[in-house]
Amino acid sequence: MTRVIHKFTRNVPDWRPRVVPVRLEDATPAQLDALKVTPSNTKVSAYVLTLAHDVESLAVRSPLFNAIMYDQGGMSRAEREIGALAASMVNRCIYCAAVHADRHAKLAKDESLTDALFAKGEQADLPPRDRAIFDFARKAAEAPPAAGPEDMEALRKQGLGEDEILDLILSSALFGWANRLMHVLGDPVRETVPA
Amino acid sequence: MSISEQTILRAAGIGADTGLASVVAVRGNIMGMSQKAEDAVLRPKETGAFSHALRAALAARVAGRAKDQELADYYAEAAGEYADLVRLDATGGAQGLEAVVTFVDRVANQTRDIAQEDIKALQQAGVCDPDIVRLCELVAFLAYQIRVVSGLRLMKGDGQ
Repeated sequence: MTRVIHKFTRNVPDWRPRVVPVRLEDATPAQLDALKVTPSNTKVSAYVLTLAHDVESLAVRSPLFNAIMYDQGGMSRAEREIGALAASMVNRCIYCAAVHADRHAKLAKDESLTDALFAKGEQADLPPRDRAIFDFARKAAEAPPAAGPEDMEALRKQGLGEDEILDLILSSALFGWANRLMHVLGDPVRETVPA
Repeated sequence: MSISEQTILRAAGIGADTGLASVVAVRGNIMGMSQKAEDAVLRPKETGAFSHALRAALAARVAGRAKDQELADYYAEAAGEYADLVRLDATGGAQGLEAVVTFVDRVANQTRDIAQEDIKALQQAGVCDPDIVRLCELVAFLAYQIRVVSGLRLMKGDGQ
């Protein structure tokens, strides 16, 4: 039995597609290339196999994702994860929120921020710099985007450099994209152990 | 790739002579890949059920709902025979695209409320699974592009 997860958690669930993913044995050469399937790497997630239906998008999205989240310089990786998490909370993408809360906790070696956010949402009591980062990323993720000059001012007041602010804009925006795939095309699920 | 060829920088009004240009240049690889992503979702070689004109019309609609007139106008230029769909009160009924338009509006603006039923409604309207993924990629990319543009405008000091 599997059940759909509805509450935010750092315990990363499985993901069950709502459409039929590409079958690896039916994949075209272009799909195999975008999937980075090699004889020594034949494990591909259901999520990536689902996205392989639109191979042109998949091929450009993966390197873009990695550059925004992992490229050197600018904002720290842990703080970029706050941008990703804020957007995922706005869009209620339980799966993305779990992955990126977990990454934040590991990178920052601290579970208190994500514990507080999952317990109290935007009312959570956060250190001032995290507060400014989370609020900007959260409002930027609303539809229509709702961050304003006062949110930008709060980032600068907390000492964020222009390079860090750009990275925050990018990570929050990127999850506006990722959430609309992950949360729309599938469900976060967990196997239940029969009693 | 020059600034004028990059939708994000053009829409945000970041010319080569602006102070922000040097900050953005550090992430020039990301800006370049973002433009490639626009090409992949707006003007793909494999269009599935959604022609370039229809994609442009839906993009203009998503940008319009996000209150980004600049991007809405840019996409509307390529909407061709689907120009009617750019109007936010259009339902898509006249084009036989009611399910598609409803889905696009909801994924763009009520993301958190999307459920299995939204996917089922598309399937029941005859949209195949690969086309459902294509439609999601289009709307999802636009959510990203709109927010990068909006963030850059704030950095620049627009709206103060």
